[in-house]
Amino acid sequence: MTPRYLPYVLILPVTLFLGVFFLYPFALVAKQAFTTGGGFTLDNFREVVGYWKFPISLKNTMLLAAIVVPVQLALALLMATMVNRMQKGRDLVLYVWTIPLGISDLAAGIIWLAIFEQSGFLNSMMTGLGLVDQPITLLGYQNPWLVFAAIALAEIWRATAIMLVILVAGIGLIPKEYYEAAEVFGASPWKRFVKITLPLLRPSLQTALILRVVLAFEVFAVVVALGGTLFPVLMGQIYSYQFDLMNGGGAAALALIVLAISVVFTLIILRALRVPKGATI
Amino acid sequence: MAEIQIKGVAKSFGSYTALHDINLTIQDQEFVVLLGASGCGKTTLLRIVAGLETATTGEVWIGGKRVDHLPPKDRGIAMVFQNYAVFPHLTVFENIGFGLRMKKLPNDEVKRRVERTAGLMHIEQLLGRYSGELSGGQRQRVAVARALAMEPDVILMDEPLSNLDALLRMEMRAELKGVLAESNTTAIYVTHDQVEAMSMADRISVMHQGRIVQAASPIEVYRNPAAEFVAGFIGNPPMNFLPATPQGGGRWAVAGQVLDGPQTPKALKFAIRPEDLRLADHGLQAVAKVIEPLGAHLLVTCDVNGALFRAVLDSDLSVKPGDTLTLAPQSDRIRWFDPETTRAVA
Repeated sequence: MTPRYLPYVLILPVTLFLGVFFLYPFALVAKQAFTTGGGFTLDNFREVVGYWKFPISLKNTMLLAAIVVPVQLALALLMATMVNRMQKGRDLVLYVWTIPLGISDLAAGIIWLAIFEQSGFLNSMMTGLGLVDQPITLLGYQNPWLVFAAIALAEIWRATAIMLVILVAGIGLIPKEYYEAAEVFGASPWKRFVKITLPLLRPSLQTALILRVVLAFEVFAVVVALGGTLFPVLMGQIYSYQFDLMNGGGAAALALIVLAISVVFTLIILRALRVPKGATI
Repeated sequence: MAEIQIKGVAKSFGSYTALHDINLTIQDQEFVVLLGASGCGKTTLLRIVAGLETATTGEVWIGGKRVDHLPPKDRGIAMVFQNYAVFPHLTVFENIGFGLRMKKLPNDEVKRRVERTAGLMHIEQLLGRYSGELSGGQRQRVAVARALAMEPDVILMDEPLSNLDALLRMEMRAELKGVLAESNTTAIYVTHDQVEAMSMADRISVMHQGRIVQAASPIEVYRNPAAEFVAGFIGNPPMNFLPATPQGGGRWAVAGQVLDGPQTPKALKFAIRPEDLRLADHGLQAVAKVIEPLGAHLLVTCDVNGALFRAVLDSDLSVKPGDTLTLAPQSDRIRWFDPETTRAVA
């Protein structure tokens, strides 16, 4: 075997795997989205976009992402900075903080449901403290903002750690000497964070943000557990097209729309956090 | 005026003591080199002066002001780091101007100072580049320009030339010395390279195991090492040592020869630099082991009474391994050390 072909031979199994289990199904979904009974058509797209729940679920998904991702980013940066400065117990703290990562999103939703539901911990605590006379319905149609807040909270609790681990690794790669130089040349701790940490963290920030934003558009199980039908999101709509309405074409079309949104945001993040030409980070 | 006073500074990391009671006064505009092997505490001392490390005990004064409780930016210092620490995400211009921007100087002042210092370091044409597009030598120039642009009272340098190749290091050595002399700053320069120390310093402070062994002018450190460590560390090849036994009346027996020396009943060590030996009719009997022609000189490693002994001789000399040479030490260059205290004995 000549060394020239060796790399290609080595990546062949992975390529085959991706081809069979990802590209091929993806092509099928795309085909399904662009056909009904006959030939090529945009009917599926027209149908799902025209449905009254589409604007609401799009708005909800976007709103949730717009609130959750920045909070997670800020929290993850704060936590990563703290962990990085710890002399002792760093690994223990990191393990504890990443526990939610090991819990499935549905389980996470149920944990938070146990807190917020009518017979949940929060109500027991409030009645026990005498704040309310009897348990109140927190996650009902009367409190749409509370439903939203509970979902946002559960999402933040569940998925901040994925950004955290990426950022901790990224911050760990920044040489200490840069901070010392910045300190000697008069940069305050905040300035060091803004002028050194953030710019040098750009590659990690890109990865963390893309991953998190794409996952935020795919939010589903937590929303189902806490909001049910009160808070429709795009993924919920795809589920209901596929399994409730038995409309595979509609589900496929909506899935492609979510994909398109994800691609657009990925490009925006890549562009916004690009490293200037010539700079090596 | 920026005189630096280091008073009783000590530093411990847990049970390990990196610095023991360091006292050193550096005059305004003096260029002091902290010289020592790795792990001797020289970088720790520099970092304490910079404020990047806190002394366990002791005080640091710069320009008549006690600074050991102040953050680095309030000490009137600038620093050149060993790995340059040129920010990779900023252009050369913004790197040099970093400290000035932090001081919130107006744009035109930043521009003026950046261009002036870039000119001094001959990197005007690189201002728009990033550090990844520079060679090691150019990065080093940026690091120095960044420090000079601050117009500091004190400039601290941590092995700034150690990552350059030999030829570039020699070139930068001379250039750095010139630029620093013109800038009228007080400088502390850390290095393990004795040639750098000898060629650049007004005063060398030789450090060993967390202590300053000797602080004196380069020639004084070379000619009159205060301790055996200094004698063995400075000079390439280092000083030769031989055991000496007292014969009374300031006469000493050294490898079968009788030499004049100090009046003391204790046993001492005789020391002589390899270049202070001459071929003569009377002297130490040395059996040549290895002959290394160095162009200008001949370095002969010999055996004198079972001890390793080196001599730098004229390159025209023809010597073969196994030849016996008679080496006469130049009498005014002989030094004596007390083997117990390792200090020099006059």
